[in-house]
Order: sequence, then C-alpha cells, then structure tokens
Amino acid sequence: MSHYYDDRDLHRFGDIGKNAPELWKKFEAWYSATFAEGALTAREKALIALGVSHAVQCPYCIDAWSEKCLETGSNLDQMTEAVHVAGAIRGGASLVHGVQMRNRTTGLSM
Amino acid sequence: MAAIAELPIAPAATPLRPPPFGQPSFARTLADHGLEPLRADGIEVFQINVGKLCNQTCSHCHVDAGPHRTERMTRGTAEACIRALERTSAPIVDITGGAPELNENFRYLVDASRGLDRHVIDRCNLTVLLLRSQRDLAGFLAEREVEVIASLPYFLAERTDAQRGEGVFDQSIEALQLLNRLGYGQGGRLRLNLVYNPTGAFLPGDQDALEREFKRELDRRYDVRFDRLYAITNLPISRFLDFLLASGNYERYMDRLVNAFNPAAAEAVMCRNTLSVGWDGRLYDCDFNQMLDDTVGFGAPNHITDFSEARLGRRRIVTGVHCYGCTAGAGSSCGGTTA
Repeated sequence: MSHYYDDRDLHRFGDIGKNAPELWKKFEAWYSATFAEGALTAREKALIALGVSHAVQCPYCIDAWSEKCLETGSNLDQMTEAVHVAGAIRGGASLVHGVQMRNRTTGLSM
Repeated sequence: MAAIAELPIAPAATPLRPPPFGQPSFARTLADHGLEPLRADGIEVFQINVGKLCNQTCSHCHVDAGPHRTERMTRGTAEACIRALERTSAPIVDITGGAPELNENFRYLVDASRGLDRHVIDRCNLTVLLLRSQRDLAGFLAEREVEVIASLPYFLAERTDAQRGEGVFDQSIEALQLLNRLGYGQGGRLRLNLVYNPTGAFLPGDQDALEREFKRELDRRYDVRFDRLYAITNLPISRFLDFLLASGNYERYMDRLVNAFNPAAAEAVMCRNTLSVGWDGRLYDCDFNQMLDDTVGFGAPNHITDFSEARLGRRRIVTGVHCYGCTAGAGSSCGGTTA
C-alpha cells in the first residue's frame, strides 16, 4: 500500500458490516435518522457534519459532506464558516488546556 | 448585453453522447425492474422548442443555446403545431428554447394556444424580459396568464453567474421584481415557478427544503416572491457532459445517478406524458432526446405534420444512458421531482 487513504474506499464503507451485520444495520438506521429533517434542517445538519469532519480530520467525511452541503443548498461562504467553527473549537480546546499547564506549573513551583 | 457570457463554445456538429462507463444500460435497468418497454401514457404536456437562439450562453445548457445559434421555428411549423394541438386534448403547452420569447412566432403560439383554452408555460431565462426589444413581454405574459418557469440556480450572484454568465444574477433579480409587481408569484393565477439546478457535479437536494431556503433568502435579500421551486438534475449531455468529462467528474457522477436509480421515479418519468416538438417540427420523447437527435421511434410518426395522438399517445419511449438523470433519487423532470 502506497498510502493510507484512497477515495474509492468511501464506496466500500458498507464492507465494515460484513463481520458484524447486526451492528452495521443499527448504525445505518441510527445514521439515517440522525440526518433526517427534524428540529434542525438537513442543510444545517450537513454544515455541522462538515465542521465535525474537519475536527476529526476525516478525508472521507470531508468529501462526502462537502458534496452534501452543496446538494442541500449551502454555499462556500457558509461552508468555510463551518470549517472555522471546527478550527476554533480545536484551537480553543488546546488553549484551554493551558490552564492545566499553569496549574501544574504553579503546583510545582516554589 | 452583459448577460451574454463570453464562452468559447462552438455549436456541436454531432451531439456528444455519454461514453460507456461500465454500468448497465438504462434499458437493462428498466427490464430488471419490470419497466421495459417504457411507454407513453397519453399526451398531457405538448412541449414546443422553438429554437436555440438565446441571449445567454449558460455553461450547463443542454440545448447548447446562445446568441450565435440560427435554428429557429418558422411560422409554417408553428402553425402545424397549433393544427396538431387542435386535434389533442393535451391541457398544457410548454414553450421552451433557447430563449423562446426571441422567436418571432412565440407570441403567435401563446395566443393560439390560449385561444384553444390551453394552459401555457413560458420557460424564461429572466434576462430576456429586460431586453429593449422585449419591454412589453412581461405585460404580454401577464395579460394572457402565462405561467412563467424561470431559471435561477442560486440565490447569490457568485454561483448563478458562474453558470449563467457575468451579471445575469442581478438582471434576474430585477426581472423577478418586475414580475412580482405585475402580480406574479403571489399564490394567485399568475404562476411564477423557479428552476433550481446544481451548479456543478452534484445532485439536487430535497426540493421542498430547497424551496423553503430560496423563499426565505430571496424574500429577505431582494423582496422577491415566487410560487414553487423545481429541482432539476443536470443530465449528462451537451455542455454539462463537456464539463463532467473535462473536470474528471464523469464516472463518479454517473455512478451517483445509477446507484440512485428509483423505480418509482422511472414510472413517473416526464416522457410518459410529454411530447416534445423540435424547432424543425420533428418529434421527440423529451427535450433531452431532442438535443441528441433521437426522434420518437418504434414506428411512431416523427414529424408534427404527421401528428397522430392515437399513435403517439401510446408510443414506446426511446431511452439512453442519459435517462438515468431523470430517474435518480426523487426523480427529475421539467416540473421538478417526480417520485
């Protein structure tokens, strides 16, 4: 294998159900229900999913949810803001641990 | 005018067809679902394509229309259409192009069809309403209660102009506001419906959700109202096929269409209740077959002068790989989703 990620593998996502079909079926049902129109629209959920895809840095998810965002009517400005939300949370999550760093440093210092 | 995009597109001598892509033929897929042969079920929509002349040159246009095109319906062919219409009970006359209003026989077709008490649809690119030569067009349509189905791929300029040409979006909004002032799009007899088609190699999302989004944004941003939004899938022919091939999206797009095949959409596909008349009077199962030069087949009369409702109303439909575009997901037709 020359690389770890292959975009064709996204179409083989269902293969993961081959050795645990019941669990896969439950995942599929839960996944479909999660992204159905509800209190949030399908478009809003797609933007959240796009942001989370960046937060978890999943290239398959980024491909899939970029397309879904376009399909559901979002534009590049909105999608870019969603990515910034993900980035800001990730950056903030790192920075807020600085308080732990400060606590530890204070505890160790004279 | 600014709406004329400066795209270096020459008229294609031979229609470009979707190349093989390793998926079953459309006829085979129909047969697998017990739907072959696909047959017409009467003629409800009498669609007349008056030619390829247009004041725009849109990058996705399946007609390959533009200001340079010379194919135009003559008065004789237009009169033959009306004679055929007199012999049908088809309640809807759907006039398209190009920009159909630029054909010198457009108003004749509208008046004659209304005279036969048929509902008339004008497939309008919106910017044509602002041309100096067409200043009275919007009023003409309103007086005759012509339904306007207008193309607007997005509610922001960037994506609309990328598909339809620089400056088209602003002019489209101006034209929509003009139609609103005349009473169009207010839920009454003057129907104003929009056509949304994706601005790239992706499928349209849920039609109702898109309609809600367009209504909210067009009202909030531009004080524009409309009745319904029709979400239409781009079919892999003509300029859109060029784009798919050039951008490397062809196989992935076709896979999406084939994998989303919906038998319910296939049963409700528009060619089953539509007859499409070309600018030269030849007959087709749909406007897409028309652009591929695939006239009606299997022994059905293929010219308007030989029109026979009995023989055309139950004709067998000519299909091809491009038909997957009308049967994917919730389906696609000139009137939006079908399933």
